[in-house]
Amino acid sequence: MRHLLHIFQLGVKELLSLARDPVLLFLILYSFTFSVYTPSKSAVMDVVNASVAVVDEDDSAVSRQIRDAFLLPLFLPAVRIPFSQINRALDEGEYTFVIDIPPKFQHDLTKGVTPTVEIITDATAMSQAGRGPGYIRKIINKEVEPYWSGKGKASNRELVRLVTRARFNPNMQQGWFVAVNQIINNISVLAIFLTGAAVLREREHGTVEHLLVMPLHPYELMFAKIWANGAVVVGAAMASLFVVVKAAIGVPVAGSIWLFLEGLGVYLFSVTALGIMLATMVRSMPQFGLLAFPVFIVMSLLSGGQTPLESMPIALQKIMQFVPSTHFVSFSQAVLFRNANFGMVWRDMLKMFVIGCAYVAFTLTRFRKMLAAIQ
Amino acid sequence: MNTSAPEIAESGASLSSVASLKEVTQRYGRVAALDGVDLDIPAGRMIGLIGPDGVGKSTLLGIVAGVRRIQSGKVTVLGGDIADTHFRNSVFSRVAYMPQGLGKNLYPTLSIFENVDFFGRLFGQSREEREWRIQELLASTDLTPFRDRPAGKLSGGMKQKLGLCCSLIHDPDLLILDEPTTGVDPLARRQFWELIDRIRSRRPGMSVLVATAYMDEAERFSWLVAMNAGKVLATGSPEELKRDTSEKTLERAFIKLLPEELRRGHKEPEISPWQPTGGTPAIEAHGLTQRFGTFTAVDHVNFRIERGEIFGFLGSNGCGKTTTMKMLTGLLPPTEGTALLFGHPVKGGDVETRRRVGFMSQAFSLYTELTVRQNLLLHARLFDIPEDAAYKRVDEMLARFALEPTADTLAESLPLGIRQRLSLAVAVIHEPEMLILDEPTSGVDPVARDGFWQLLIRLSRENGVTIFLSTHFMNEAERCDRMSMMHAGKVLAQGPPAQLVAERKAKNLEEAFIGYLEEAAEKSGSRAAPPAPAVEEESARRPGTSSETQSTFSLGRIWAFARREAVELRHDSVRLAFAIFGPLLLMIVFGYGISLDVEHLPFAILDFDGTATSRLYADGFRGSIYFDEKRPLRSYDQLDRRLRDGELRLAVEIPAGFQRDLRRGRQPEVSAFLDAAIPFRAETALSYVESVNDEFITHLREAKGLLPVSKPVKYETRALFNQQFKSIYAMVPADIMLLLILIPSMLTALSVVREKELGSIANFYAAPATRLEFLVGKQLPYIGVSLIQFATLVVIAILLFQVPVKGSWPVLLGGGLIYVLASTGFGLLISVFATTQTAAIFAAAIITILPAVQFSGMFVPVSSLTGAAWFAARIFPSTYFQAISVGAFTKALEIQELWRNLVALCVLALIYFVASVGLLEKQEH
Repeated sequence: MRHLLHIFQLGVKELLSLARDPVLLFLILYSFTFSVYTPSKSAVMDVVNASVAVVDEDDSAVSRQIRDAFLLPLFLPAVRIPFSQINRALDEGEYTFVIDIPPKFQHDLTKGVTPTVEIITDATAMSQAGRGPGYIRKIINKEVEPYWSGKGKASNRELVRLVTRARFNPNMQQGWFVAVNQIINNISVLAIFLTGAAVLREREHGTVEHLLVMPLHPYELMFAKIWANGAVVVGAAMASLFVVVKAAIGVPVAGSIWLFLEGLGVYLFSVTALGIMLATMVRSMPQFGLLAFPVFIVMSLLSGGQTPLESMPIALQKIMQFVPSTHFVSFSQAVLFRNANFGMVWRDMLKMFVIGCAYVAFTLTRFRKMLAAIQ
Repeated sequence: MNTSAPEIAESGASLSSVASLKEVTQRYGRVAALDGVDLDIPAGRMIGLIGPDGVGKSTLLGIVAGVRRIQSGKVTVLGGDIADTHFRNSVFSRVAYMPQGLGKNLYPTLSIFENVDFFGRLFGQSREEREWRIQELLASTDLTPFRDRPAGKLSGGMKQKLGLCCSLIHDPDLLILDEPTTGVDPLARRQFWELIDRIRSRRPGMSVLVATAYMDEAERFSWLVAMNAGKVLATGSPEELKRDTSEKTLERAFIKLLPEELRRGHKEPEISPWQPTGGTPAIEAHGLTQRFGTFTAVDHVNFRIERGEIFGFLGSNGCGKTTTMKMLTGLLPPTEGTALLFGHPVKGGDVETRRRVGFMSQAFSLYTELTVRQNLLLHARLFDIPEDAAYKRVDEMLARFALEPTADTLAESLPLGIRQRLSLAVAVIHEPEMLILDEPTSGVDPVARDGFWQLLIRLSRENGVTIFLSTHFMNEAERCDRMSMMHAGKVLAQGPPAQLVAERKAKNLEEAFIGYLEEAAEKSGSRAAPPAPAVEEESARRPGTSSETQSTFSLGRIWAFARREAVELRHDSVRLAFAIFGPLLLMIVFGYGISLDVEHLPFAILDFDGTATSRLYADGFRGSIYFDEKRPLRSYDQLDRRLRDGELRLAVEIPAGFQRDLRRGRQPEVSAFLDAAIPFRAETALSYVESVNDEFITHLREAKGLLPVSKPVKYETRALFNQQFKSIYAMVPADIMLLLILIPSMLTALSVVREKELGSIANFYAAPATRLEFLVGKQLPYIGVSLIQFATLVVIAILLFQVPVKGSWPVLLGGGLIYVLASTGFGLLISVFATTQTAAIFAAAIITILPAVQFSGMFVPVSSLTGAAWFAARIFPSTYFQAISVGAFTKALEIQELWRNLVALCVLALIYFVASVGLLEKQEH
């Protein structure tokens, strides 16, 4: 009981300190508003706002119709460029797709001669180049339909009809995913840096030492930091989820908010513990920056939030199992999108918890050693 | 009392003033640090500034040195207006300034030689000149044997001597020392002043301006300025001050000069003799030893402190006092020996003993961001005082320690004296039986110190509290019941102060202590005999003295800054290793890990038909690297659950009657259920499913002898630059882009703000160097490290990932160089802007990662960005280098296509740098 009280009191102190640092408060605000909203509206890994140029060598009614058929949100309005500009346009990354409509296009169509349309893609734009041409073909096919003489049209009925049922995000809106992923990233970065820097600050100002000569146990200090910084991040993340993700971006959060909150709590426990652990492994703030940042970058890019986990080599997938964010990404997607219940995600929660405990245990063995290192 | 009877000018130095202040007022918040000060400081003399802490001594020195911006008033230094930037820059080479704090302007990881060498370079001295000057300075300060020892590992006295060497390297006409001997042992202090005297006798024209808290030191100065509350109380020689106040000592004279209300309540603390009470001793130490590596900080220390006794530890900084106290409190486990508190051995985890002890560490270690009351309350609670009793106790403490007027002030804005009172209040809030106080009065002015001692005496004599304290003030040591003199980890002597003085037949305690110190030095031979004067005489004839040309731009000074930063980086091997191997490791991990190829999708078939045809359809999914089959599904329920579970990403339902419908030409409907939580993956999966479906239909048509489906238009799709659609060709160049913005900016982000936080920025303020030179010098080493990173990353890309450079090598290399200029420049900008290191790392992490990952074109083409994202992409360098990196590696592009990006990078690098120069302060506020 007494220990819980200490943890509570030290945590309140932590919150008071944070409240007096306007720069940090501003950065927290920035990361849960701008850095969630902006990428979800614009930087989505999908054929969204794709830039198209059309080389129209026919300049007929149908080719003009095709040019006008590229519409948002998939495509930006198509721009007509001369044939000679194709290479330049693609080299400079000005357009991701260039469509070449040959001369006599409309003529051939009506005469039943199959014209050839060339679709040139910038294959370094990995997130669009793969699926873009499919959409472009669909659009062109639809536009040319009325002009096509229709030889063999009748036998075209497909033998099997393929029906797609996209679950959990019926229109496959990438923005939803990006928004949630950004929240997860910001939770991680704040948790690591807030707690880690808090430990180093106490060390540099000598206050840790002071606390350790009081009737306190090191774990009380640790858990105080964990709960206080965790609470700040939970508050900010939940506010961001409701205000930015649900209200402003319009993602219909599917699952139980309470379940998500529980998982978030477990995740924060493990990731704040990670921040403290990293802080005890270095001697100064510059070293902490150079250690914690790469750790965070790895968490942000390889946990399955930015690119699918299944695409990674098996060995790396295995290693990432020891990083709590991997489980949290999987947990969040399950709860927020797939409306998973506790029975489906308890494994993720347990793993996060166990990892957090391992970090805490490791840190506690180093706490006194770390103090000796300040000398 | 002003400048009476002009002293005989020493060796014909100018009689006029070296500096004069008119109506100078300097305010910080509501406090006036200087309040309409008018002062003429005579030249060619040794001038002392005396007065309590926080009265404006440091502010005044900072203004005269030109490192602090003048708010109002006029200040003339060495014949010119110090507020004039042009004049100030030219006068810096004639002034030397040593800020307050032990070794504050030194670089702790640099060796003694490297420290002095840096200052020599800063003043544009040639190698030859630096060599003889450093040799001479180190010889005359006895530092020669330690020239390769890092400054951080020196004792306080040595640090100050080194600081003096750094100040004297350019033969200044005005030497400004801000409390140079605070925290230094008496012997080192005596040597320090002897050194100053020798230097002055050699350069009689030099004026020395010193602030000090030691009144006994002030006695040796030729002219004094007594200050209080931002005002000058009196000026004159020590004799004049004493005569005018008719007091015998300067300390008493000063107290008499103070306004009435401050003096009220002050009386010399009186101490009644201590009555031993018996019982187990409060503290016992047997052979206590602490070693750090090969260095022995505390060497077999023994002592025994009885209950209720006031026991003093006298010694300089770094002699092992603090380490001994840490071992007693359990913060440091001793390497050897035992310590007993109240008869129990000290253990790290022993919480119960700690309840009986109050501790006050040397540096203020309470929370500066909390108020006085909040600090007290927090500690009361942490000592488990019940809530209502805690409030009462806090009020009691506020009253007893006269903290009521400042109860709701933040601790950070308290003057030092009040902070120390607060620390003591915190230490006794739980009514401990013992107090361990580590230099509780360091940096506290005489009046406040006496008040503090009255509190201690009351605690000891009335409440029977045992007090163990360390100090370097002789008059405080004299008040202890017993004391122990410490030096270099060893106890030299122990006993009641009077007895120690008597044993050595010394005049006073200071002499006794110096006697012991000299005896110890002789034994160990660590302190050299007084330096041979021959070296000094020679100096006047030495050639190669730098001509005082003051150019506005000097490559030498840039090199001095760059070299220093580089040496510091080289000494911090951990940081260097992180900086070089970090990106390398990340690159390897990302090269393998970040891939947009969607493969091995877990899927299952829900086959309601169960015929040969339906199995044929399902076979289309098998044996492909894109799909991994899981247990077949039996029902919609299962399908729903296993998709929600995340076990499946795709489920294909083949309806009942599939074979029959196909045969009859009735279009059966196959459903593909996709987990679209990650839409990118779902879309890709869908395209795979479509192609499997198409293939099935094509085969079926062939089997049925139907014509292939006729299409209105034939499509020819050409994928440029990356025919195989391997994401590695797009991702590896992007990884280089990513790592070269994130790591270099993080590396540079602390460079300037760290100096601001640790205080060595003062060297830049006081140096004849421009902001441009300073920042170029700062940035250069980081550019170097980043270029090494760039080189290793390119090598890994080519050799390990087999991603060849198909385009222009020069553009890639040139682009890399400019990109590194921009990314380190961005870090520099953050560093100049931020006020704390925490904020700087935070900003570096949070601001760079979003545009680098999301808006640079790594995952999403830049041409698809809109709004704020589009704008952020334009003002951030990663966008342009992404184009260069992918262009040169994969797209086989040349300068014609990429030059715009190069230009944009140049412009950004320049903007960041110019902004940094604009934001950097050259003076303190």
